[in-house]
Amino acid sequence: MPDYQIVVCGSVVPDPLQTLEPVSGPTGPALKNEMMLPAWLDPWAGHALYEAAHLASHNPGSKVWLVALGPKAKLQQVMMTLAQKAPFELIALDGSASGFTDATETAGAIAEAIQAIPGIDRTRLLVFGGWESASRGAGATMQIVGELLGITDQFQGVDGVGIGVDGSLRILERIEGGRHQVSICEAPPVVLGWATGDLPEPRNNPQVGMANMRTIMPALQKAKPTKVGAEGVKFLSVSLPKQARDTKIVKDLTPDQIAAEIVEWIANK
Amino acid sequence: METILFLSPTEAGLPLLINALEALATAKQLANSLGTSFSIGLWGADPKTAANGIASCGAEKIFVVTGEEFAHPLYATDSAAAAALCRAAGATIVMGPAGSRWNRILAGVAHRLGGRADSHVTGLSVSEGTPAIARWYYRQRMEGILSRAQRPWLLAVESGIAPAWQGAPGTAAVEAVPCILSGVRSKVSGIESPEADQQTIRPDAELLFVTGAGWTKKQPDGQVKITEAETRILDFLRLSRASLGSTKSLVDLHGDGQAILPFLTHMNQVGQTGSTPRHPKGLATCCHGEEPHTVGWRFIGERRAISLDPNCGWARGKADVLYVADAFAVMEKVNGLLAQKAGV
Repeated sequence: MPDYQIVVCGSVVPDPLQTLEPVSGPTGPALKNEMMLPAWLDPWAGHALYEAAHLASHNPGSKVWLVALGPKAKLQQVMMTLAQKAPFELIALDGSASGFTDATETAGAIAEAIQAIPGIDRTRLLVFGGWESASRGAGATMQIVGELLGITDQFQGVDGVGIGVDGSLRILERIEGGRHQVSICEAPPVVLGWATGDLPEPRNNPQVGMANMRTIMPALQKAKPTKVGAEGVKFLSVSLPKQARDTKIVKDLTPDQIAAEIVEWIANK
Repeated sequence: METILFLSPTEAGLPLLINALEALATAKQLANSLGTSFSIGLWGADPKTAANGIASCGAEKIFVVTGEEFAHPLYATDSAAAAALCRAAGATIVMGPAGSRWNRILAGVAHRLGGRADSHVTGLSVSEGTPAIARWYYRQRMEGILSRAQRPWLLAVESGIAPAWQGAPGTAAVEAVPCILSGVRSKVSGIESPEADQQTIRPDAELLFVTGAGWTKKQPDGQVKITEAETRILDFLRLSRASLGSTKSLVDLHGDGQAILPFLTHMNQVGQTGSTPRHPKGLATCCHGEEPHTVGWRFIGERRAISLDPNCGWARGKADVLYVADAFAVMEKVNGLLAQKAGV
């Protein structure tokens, strides 16, 4: 049974239920009160982490690392919860997790951190991450990380991975029309940008949390200051959409009348 | 002076799809605005039909990478072909149609060429000779307009932002570009898709039908009516040929292992961590999401909602019409009328 080295790339994003408002910062656009907003692990990166932990648990000898770039204080806040979800070793990079930074700079920092993992073995390496972030939403970082690591077996929008008896990887990627493309990759190394996969969020496990925290706190303490920005990008504006519609509220029609209206509306081209 | 390249994968023997023709129109418009010409790059097993279909679009040159090894969407082969075409054209701005195939390689190719990439481009403009793009941040919650100094600049153009290019087909003069592959260790082995009658995601549908968690809640008689909900929804999809969307809360129930609406998956989810489908019309039923989860509505043209809650986040300020009513009852009647019209 193969033993993998699974490196998950993931950062923190503001809680999506918070009101977000853009402001102009000294280096470009930013979020109003960004450091006050509660944060959580980027959702698709979260799925990648849970899938990584699941795969590792079924392949003894495998290990999961989480490479996370974000403000140290935010990372610490998120790790308090995340540590209980799945076993992993944190590699923290202390820098901006803003959606307005450039994927190239983020990817460069992450790839460097992966290459610096002691004993990293390309023949066992699976690089996981979200197929897009919930901040920049570009779907770019994982591709560039792969390029920097020299990995051209890359798959995006992944919803499943299986291991063949010959050690090959069977990968399901989302494509248009609610379908999946099935690809076979001979062996690691690969880059998988995860969509939602098919695993629910793991329940909190205090024992896993305690084990993780032994390495998380030292990792946070030695988090490398990492400068990422958006060199060469000029933001002309960042604004909230003006989206309010003048909603007509219909309260006094019977189901028959409403149905007739809807059917007529659907039929009108 | 910018050198613009419209770049697209092709399917053997098929013309370009509408989203590619929209991106082509956008590239042509940008070239016009900048007072420059544009070229085309196509790759696939046999891009001839696609090239002929756009022969009269006014491109200066049409570059092609041809070969069976480029038939299937794979990062290793597609990125090599795209990079070769960009180099051959000497492109400074490269525009392709957003979609799984182009989005999979966009940033990697840009990196290989020493450039930068932007996906989900929803607008292009030119100010004082400098092109700028519009794209969304934080899951469609704010729009940024930006320009970049780096070149080449690769863009994935979202569908629906420009009318598709239209013109007469012809016989295209193409320039073959060599692309040598090495070390390809992956292959496409097939496509998994639901049975035709179970396919609920239809990107080309006129209508997006969004179902919310209200379908699984207790109804006025105190009972949960999952079977009836399933029947109402599937009957409506069959009769209307709508595409099915779902709120996050409803698909999350599925992920938690609860026995509810088995045909819904995360792929149906619209909104922050789901898709942002583009349909001319949308009908939301039993949705009770908070504002951030309704961003999936943003690119839907006409919107109506049925909800018992007049303050529902999917409806007030988001829909054109809100029917304050029981969706179970209304959709039963809607299905009856649609069946009557269809003669079934």
